[in-house]
Amino acid sequence: MSSTPIATPVAASSGSEHFLRRALRHRSFVLGGILTALLVFAAALSLVWTPWSPYEMNLPGKLQSPSAAHWLGTDVFGRDVASLLLVGARNSILVGVIAVSIGLFIGTALGLIAAARRGWVEELIMRLSDFTFAFPAILSAIMMTAVFGAGIVNAIIAIGIFNIPTFARITRASANAIWSREFVLAARACGKGPWSITFDHVLPNVMSVLTVQITIRFAIAILAEAALSYLGLGTQPPEPSWGRMLAEAQTLLFQAPQLAVFPGVTIALAVLGLNLMGDGLRDLMDPRLARKR
Amino acid sequence: MGPFLVKRVLTLIGTLIGASIVVFLVLEILPGNAAETMMGPDASPEAVQALTIKLGLHLPAWERYWQWIAGIFTGELGNSYAYSSPVSELMLERLTLTVPLAIMAMCLTTVLALVVGIYAAAQHNRFGDVGLMAVTQVGIAIPNFWFAILLILFFSVKLQWFSAGGFPGWSEGVAPALQSLLLPALSLAVVQAAILARITRSAVLEVMREDYVRTARAKGLSQRATLWGHVLRNAMIPVLTVMGLQAAELLAGTIVVENVFYLPGLGRLIFQSIANRDLIVVRNCVMFLATMVVVVNFFVDVLYAVIDPRVKASDI
Amino acid sequence: MLEVDKLSVRLQTQRGPAYAIRDVGFTLQRGGTLGLVGESGCGKSITAMALMGLLPESATVTGSIRFDGQELVGQGDTVLRRLRGNRIGMIFQEPMTALNPVHTIGDQVAEPMRLHRGLGRVAARTRTIALLERVGIGNAAGRIDAYPHQFSGGQRQRITIAMALACEPDILIADEPTTALDVTIQGQILDLIHDLVLERSMALLLISHDLGVIAQNVERMMVMYGGSVIENGSTPQVFGHMAHPYTRGLFGARPRLGAPAGTRLTTIDGTVPELVDLPAGCAFSDRCAWAQAQCVTTRPPPVTVDPGHDASCLRLDAVMAGDPQ
Repeated sequence: MSSTPIATPVAASSGSEHFLRRALRHRSFVLGGILTALLVFAAALSLVWTPWSPYEMNLPGKLQSPSAAHWLGTDVFGRDVASLLLVGARNSILVGVIAVSIGLFIGTALGLIAAARRGWVEELIMRLSDFTFAFPAILSAIMMTAVFGAGIVNAIIAIGIFNIPTFARITRASANAIWSREFVLAARACGKGPWSITFDHVLPNVMSVLTVQITIRFAIAILAEAALSYLGLGTQPPEPSWGRMLAEAQTLLFQAPQLAVFPGVTIALAVLGLNLMGDGLRDLMDPRLARKR
Repeated sequence: MGPFLVKRVLTLIGTLIGASIVVFLVLEILPGNAAETMMGPDASPEAVQALTIKLGLHLPAWERYWQWIAGIFTGELGNSYAYSSPVSELMLERLTLTVPLAIMAMCLTTVLALVVGIYAAAQHNRFGDVGLMAVTQVGIAIPNFWFAILLILFFSVKLQWFSAGGFPGWSEGVAPALQSLLLPALSLAVVQAAILARITRSAVLEVMREDYVRTARAKGLSQRATLWGHVLRNAMIPVLTVMGLQAAELLAGTIVVENVFYLPGLGRLIFQSIANRDLIVVRNCVMFLATMVVVVNFFVDVLYAVIDPRVKASDI
Repeated sequence: MLEVDKLSVRLQTQRGPAYAIRDVGFTLQRGGTLGLVGESGCGKSITAMALMGLLPESATVTGSIRFDGQELVGQGDTVLRRLRGNRIGMIFQEPMTALNPVHTIGDQVAEPMRLHRGLGRVAARTRTIALLERVGIGNAAGRIDAYPHQFSGGQRQRITIAMALACEPDILIADEPTTALDVTIQGQILDLIHDLVLERSMALLLISHDLGVIAQNVERMMVMYGGSVIENGSTPQVFGHMAHPYTRGLFGARPRLGAPAGTRLTTIDGTVPELVDLPAGCAFSDRCAWAQAQCVTTRPPPVTVDPGHDASCLRLDAVMAGDPQ
C-alpha cells in the first residue's frame, strides 16, 4: 500500500509572529510605517534637540535660503525652518493623539452600547450621529474655536468631537455583525449578559476595524489642525504649527517661495504615511487573504 | 416610490428643524452678552443696552428663534452689524461667487474622478492602475489650501497666467470671472477627486467580480458593452453616495479656499463674521450651508432609489 | 459538431504555473448529451469556460476546440463573442447572483436577442414573453418588467435558462445548474432542461458533482480528477461496469438507503492535491490503493474497457479483477 501523503497544511492564521511577517512584506504598510515612524521620531527628537531654537528670532538673518547652517532656511523672523518643522511635528501628533482618543473612547463606547442595547437607544445614537453629518466638520470646528477662543486646546476638542460620530457608526456596524455570529449566540445561550459579551467577544473582534480607523482619523486630525492653524484658529504663536507656517509663507510668495513648500510637504508626508499604514492594515486584517487591492 | 419619497421628505424636514435649533443654541451659549462683545469693552452701558434692544436680544430665546425661522420664509433675515446691510442681500451677493465656484469644483471633481477611477479599474494591476493609485494616494494627503498656495505659486507667481486672488465680479464679463474661479475650483477639486477616484475604482472592480458580469460575457457582450451596460450602473451606486457626502466637504472647503484666494464668497463671509462676532450673519450662513448639505443628500437618496430597484423594496 | 482534442489550460497560481486541465478530449453531436462529473477543483468548470473562451487572461490554452469545423483555440474575442449566447449558451451555478439586479428580467433575457439577432424592442419583448412562459414563469407578460430580486432562486434559474436559450443555440452548457437549489426544485429544473434539449435538438454538456443528476440526464459521461478525464463512456456502461479506482471510490462513497444502522460511509483516503502539486504521472496516484511506482511517473493513457468506454489507469487489470494492492 503506497503511503498516503498528508495534504499541505493550511497556513496558520494570525499568530502575531506570522502577522508581523506578512506585514513586513506588504509594501504600502512598510512605506507608511516608515513615514509614520519618521514623524514620531521627529516629534520625539524635538523634545531633546533641535538645530536651533524655534522661538529665537534673528531679524537680520531672515528669509535665508537653505544653507549648511540652516538646512531649510529661515522664515520672516529669522527662525530656523527645520526646527520649526520638528516642533510642529510634536504639536501635530499631540492634536492627533488626543483628538482621536476622544473620538475613539467616547465613540466606540456609544457604538458598543448601541449594538448591545438595540431598540430606541440605538436609534437615538444613530440619528444623532447621522445628524452631525449635516454639519461639515471643518465648519463646526471653525465655529467652536472662534466662539470659545482660538488655541490648541479648543482645536483639539473641536476636532475630537467630530471623531465621535464616526467611531460610533463604525463600531456599531461592526458590532452588529458580530452580535449575529454564532459564537455570540452560543454565549447568550450559556447565560452570558450583554456587558460581558461586549467585552469578551465583541470588542476584540471590533479592534481590527478600529485600528484601521484610528490611523485614518489621525491623518484627518492632522489635516484639520493644519487648516485651523492656517486660518489662525489653531495653535497660537509662538508655538510652531505647520498650518500657520503656510499662512505666513503665503504673504511672501514672491520673496521666499520655498517657505510655502516645506511645511506643506511635511503635512503631506505625515498624512500619506498614516494613510498608507491604514490601507496596509486594512489589507492585512482582511480575512479574504486572496483579495487584491 | 410614493411612500418612500414621503418618508424621505419628512426626514429632510426633521433634520432641517433640528439643524436650525442646534445652530441657534450654539450661538446662544456664547459667553457674555453678544451686543457687549460686538461693541467692544469700551462701549457705554447705554449704547450696549440700545444695541441689545435693537438686536432683540432682550426677548426670550424661543421667541427669537421663532422670529428667525419666520423670517427665513419671508426673506427677512435681519441686518448684519459689521456691514450694516440686510443679511439676505449680503448672502445673495456672496453666493454669486460661491455657487459657481462649488459647481465648477463639483464638475471638475466628477469628471476627473470618474475618468481616472474607471481607467484604473480597466487597467487593474497594470502600470496605469498602479501609477494612478500612487498619484491619488498623494492627492488625498495634500491639504487643499496648500495645493491652492502651490497653484498660486506656479500659475500666478512663476507663470503669471492668473492673478493671485480676488474676484472681478460678473459685471466685467463672464470669462474673467470664471478665470479667477479656476484655480480655487481646482484646489477644491483635486483632493476630492483623488478620494472619489479611489472609490470609483474599487466600486468598479467589485462589480466586475460579480456573477452577473460573467453572465453578460457568456451572452456574448464585449468587454466594453459589459462595462457600460452592466458594470457602471451598479458601480455608480456607492459612488453617488460618496459624491453626496463630498458636497458637504466641498462647501466646507470653500471657507478655507476662499480665504486663500481672497474671494468675497460665502465661505469667507462666514469666517470673517465669526471673527467679527456678527452672529446674525453667522447664524444664517451656517443654516444655509447645512440646508444645502441636507438637500443634496436628499437628492442623492432619491437618485439612489431610482438607480437601484432593490432600495424601494427594502426601506431603511 | 463540437470536437475537443487534447485541450489543456495552464494557469498562473500563487505558487507557480499549473495545469488546470490536461488533454481533455470529447465530441458532442447535435442532440447528444454529455455529463462531466467530478469533485470541486477537478477542472469541470474550467473546461466549460475554455469552451466559451472566458478564461482569465493569465490562462494559456493549448489543444483544439472545433465547433462546426471552425477552430476556436487562439481566436480573438471578437470571433468568440459571436458564438457566446448565440450558438453556445451557458447557465451557471448561482442563480441568486447571475442576474443583474438593476435591470429587469425582460431586458436581460432580450439582451442576447437584440445583440445577436438585431431584434427591435417590440419583437424582442414578444419573444421574451413566449420564452419565459416556456421555462415556467407564470404570468410572463405581467412579470417581464420585474426585477430579479422579486423572484425566488428556482425562478431565477429558469430565467437564466431562458436567457441562455434566447438565440436558439446549438449547444447548452449547464455548469452545476441545480447545486444551489432546493432538492424539490432540482428535479423540476433538470426536467425543464431535458425537455428543452429534446425539443430543440440541442447538444447538452451537463456539469455536476452529483452522481444522481448525471445518472438520469445524460447519455454519455466523463469523470474528471485533477484536471484529467480518467474515465468516460455511456452512462449505463460507466455505472454498470466501473473501471477506474477513483470512479469506484466515488460511487462507493454514496450513502445507501437500506444499509444497516451504524454502517460507516466509505471514503477515499487523503484529499485532492493542489494543482501545482500534481504528480507527473496519474493525478490520483497518491490516494490510490492500487498505485505502484510507475503510476506516479507515467501518465496513464486511456484503456478500453468496453466498446466506447475507456478509463485511464495503468493497473486496470488488477482493479477490474478486484485484487486489493
